[in-house]
Amino acid sequence: MSDVPENLRYTSDHEWLRLEDDGSVTVGITDHAQEALGELVYVELPESGSDLGAGDTCAVVESVKAASDVYSPLPGTVMATNESLAEQPELVNGNPYGEGWLVRLQPTDSSALESLLNAEAYTRFLAEAED
Amino acid sequence: MYEALIFEHSRPGRGAPGHAPANPPAPKLAGHLLRSAAPALPAVTELQVVRHFTRLSQQNFSIDTHFYPLGSCTMKYNPKVCNRLALLPGFAERHPLGPESHGQGFLACMFELQEMLQAATGMTAFSLTPMAGAQGEFAGVAMIMAYHRSRGDTQRNEIIVPDAAHGTNPATATMCGCSVREIPTGADGDVDLDALRAAVGPRTAGIMLTNPSTLGVFERKIPEIAAIVHGAGGLLYYDGANLNAILGRALPAAMGFDVMHINLHKTFSTPHGGGGPGSGAVGVNERLAPFLPVPVVGKTEAGYRWLTETDRPQSIGRLSAFMGNAGILLRAYVYMRMLGGRGMRRVADYATLNANYLMSRLAAAGFRVAYPERRASHEFIVSLKDLSRDTGITAMDVAKALLDKGFHAPTTYFPLLVPECLLIEPTETEAREELDAFADAMIELRNQARHEPEALKAAPLTLPVRRLDDVRAAKQLDLAWRPTA
Repeated sequence: MSDVPENLRYTSDHEWLRLEDDGSVTVGITDHAQEALGELVYVELPESGSDLGAGDTCAVVESVKAASDVYSPLPGTVMATNESLAEQPELVNGNPYGEGWLVRLQPTDSSALESLLNAEAYTRFLAEAED
Repeated sequence: MYEALIFEHSRPGRGAPGHAPANPPAPKLAGHLLRSAAPALPAVTELQVVRHFTRLSQQNFSIDTHFYPLGSCTMKYNPKVCNRLALLPGFAERHPLGPESHGQGFLACMFELQEMLQAATGMTAFSLTPMAGAQGEFAGVAMIMAYHRSRGDTQRNEIIVPDAAHGTNPATATMCGCSVREIPTGADGDVDLDALRAAVGPRTAGIMLTNPSTLGVFERKIPEIAAIVHGAGGLLYYDGANLNAILGRALPAAMGFDVMHINLHKTFSTPHGGGGPGSGAVGVNERLAPFLPVPVVGKTEAGYRWLTETDRPQSIGRLSAFMGNAGILLRAYVYMRMLGGRGMRRVADYATLNANYLMSRLAAAGFRVAYPERRASHEFIVSLKDLSRDTGITAMDVAKALLDKGFHAPTTYFPLLVPECLLIEPTETEAREELDAFADAMIELRNQARHEPEALKAAPLTLPVRRLDDVRAAKQLDLAWRPTA
């Protein structure tokens, strides 16, 4: 069973979000997603400062099996990206909720976070997808 | 078993002097254009070269030696007579710039090939120039865009693609300057019509569909899909990847498609795999005919001749230096002439019969097939999700272990919609005994997964190379290896 930390928000596209103290939001892919993809060999990240709409492609993660788009769960501006992933994309596999984060966004409206899945709802979503 | 690189056989001073010119003339080139050092070539005898390449050829895992159920690739037998006739000196030694009057036989074959493809698909006209399936797709969507622009309809720049599509479809749309709108597949394997209705509009240039789809089922709602897309002013593109399943039995034009490509190398059985050569002939209905890529072959009272930009001013242009992969087109021509209309129907009948037989055997043995309530087309999907959960043995492990059992692996992890999947396409050219042997091997491997999974993790054990480090291969590309000596 994959790891779903309590303190995060989730999307049905297997992204996680964490609201930081400064009002920014950190985005990554979930443990389930990294496991389904297999070992990553390349991560493409957006330019800092670029504006994203909800549902825009904000990153591409590529494994030996597949290349998948990661969609921006909220509208916002890219404040920072995880530059270590250029050399070590496997950080996403090893620690998807920590060193393997992808993008930090300044959301246009951080209350939109409330409408995303919580840990319990995401766990249920994963269980239903299993059937 | 491991065959050393030819450079590892190399020893200074060795060579094949019988094949080298004794006194090569000094090159008439300016000094700065000449090499300063000798090229890195292996120094080996002629016999060493012969043995090296013969051994390599014996290691081929090929359709001539093994069952090759690689889904979505249609690895059927390639009749040797097609090869032999395409290599007749009159074809093989013909120069592409030779005058039309000296190539009437070749041009006649190409003209008849265009006509046979029209009959097999219901399309009005064909161009044979695309050099591969992906180039055929590019030509098809470029024609859709040229059609809209010719009518002053310049805002149409969206191509709709189902989520089950081949990856080349969204790539093609993007290369043609369009954006892609993905629509989901319903639980029954058909396109979600409500999502399609919501996706079409004044910006819809067209939809790209494979039918049967990559899920190995026939898209039953195709008349409704055609009505929705045409109603919104868009056109329908048929990706011919899976034409083998319906050859001679259903016409893409009758389903409502406006333009299509055919992978001649797949459906019409020319040797392929490992990157080509291919042929992606494109067919169109009346309204797209002016935009076909040139040249196409025309027939006049004086004989056959190339129709070019002068005859076809609205053409999207040229896709290759001459007129496509002539050798592949000739092989496909011979194959079609040998089959005839009745033979083509038998291709579809036996391709679907073999797929359904194998699917039934595996389903009866307890394998989970992706769409058990649907009849398979020419291929079907098995999901090893349960096995993977219970034993840790993945679809990739099973694929590798099948190699040890003497079978080429099915397509793995495609389509992406089905977890831990194998996409299995037996083709019409396999005997029942082969299908049974494959099913037996799958059952045996499943038993092994339950009792000694470690052995499967290590497979393949009998091949010249073991399991490759595919992560390292993707990260540390070494495309310019050279000997260190």
